[in-house]
Amino acid sequence: MIRIIPTEFLKKLTGVETMVKKAFTFLMLGGLGAILLKFILSFSEKTALPEVAAHYIEKGPSELGSANIVTSVVVTYRGLDTLGEVTILFAAAAVVGLLIHLNRNENAVRREGSELLKTASVLLFPLILLFGAYVFINGHLSPGGGFQGGAIIASAVVLTVLASPNRKIGHTVLSVIESLSGLFYVGLGMAGAVLAVNGFLDNRIIPLGEFGSLFSAGLIPIIYTVIGLKVGSELSSVVITLNGETVEEDD
Amino acid sequence: MIGTIAVSLGTALVLLGLWSALTNRDIIRMIVGFTIFDVGIHLIMISIGYIAGGTAPIVSSLSEVGVSYVDPVPQALVLTAIVIGLGITAFMLTYAVNMYNRKGTLEIDKFEELKW
Repeated sequence: MIRIIPTEFLKKLTGVETMVKKAFTFLMLGGLGAILLKFILSFSEKTALPEVAAHYIEKGPSELGSANIVTSVVVTYRGLDTLGEVTILFAAAAVVGLLIHLNRNENAVRREGSELLKTASVLLFPLILLFGAYVFINGHLSPGGGFQGGAIIASAVVLTVLASPNRKIGHTVLSVIESLSGLFYVGLGMAGAVLAVNGFLDNRIIPLGEFGSLFSAGLIPIIYTVIGLKVGSELSSVVITLNGETVEEDD
Repeated sequence: MIGTIAVSLGTALVLLGLWSALTNRDIIRMIVGFTIFDVGIHLIMISIGYIAGGTAPIVSSLSEVGVSYVDPVPQALVLTAIVIGLGITAFMLTYAVNMYNRKGTLEIDKFEELKW
């Protein structure tokens, strides 16, 4: 093939190209910086709550029985958004699994974790699981909830995977837990639609209980437990898939 | 005061993250840049919901008066945004793994198929 344009000229051209790219980058960041600077300068802390937030804080505890207002917003007032969020997380986990599964390296051997890490992971694994469960069961009383607890549970799996990356971990149990909890979550929402006054995902189909105790706030602890199991198993399966050594138990 | 500091920090993180994502040629570094950008946006959203002198919106008893709380709605939104950001990061990393498997490199300049 005959090159019409000399190589030296092309090299110069790519030099010019990267310079133009850099100039554009700086121009864009500078513009964004100017906009954000204007935003910072005009920013003043609010002294009163917006109307919706004030309603949530005033009426939330007596209406839904949850001490943590963020939890009552996430699980009940905006429960449909959370259902969508769980769906997006499920889609992400499924796509990650699919893309890795298409071209995984069966023969890759990874360096084993050190003796220290292995021993510590065996010791810490049940403790981290317990802490994750504690965080999602107390989601309506203290900072925490299903997503946080699920992430903590997945971090236990990360530790195990780091300690022994060559171990084969089956996906079956995780996917069964994940599907069952997803189904149970939607089922609880539908039960709210049939039995409660306020429709889908209402937490008042069982008695609210005494404010501030563990068994209170109606369905909220149950829904958060289900979300915690779902998120924990989803994130764990993402981590195990990204480790690339997964083998389905049935194939 | 705290709100203004948080907004400034968030803005700095947004600019840093975008700068890192746009100027690095390594895909993993770009993903890290996007994650920093994400964190900056979360910080800005949280501080918009800050009420001067407010505490975390966790009520200790049904009949309490005179305690001011911060806005719980942005906090719930950011909780959602963190989870979605995590999903997107996992997705981007998966793409990075796939791209590495195709070409054996993570330099973005080596991927010329969609260049014009």
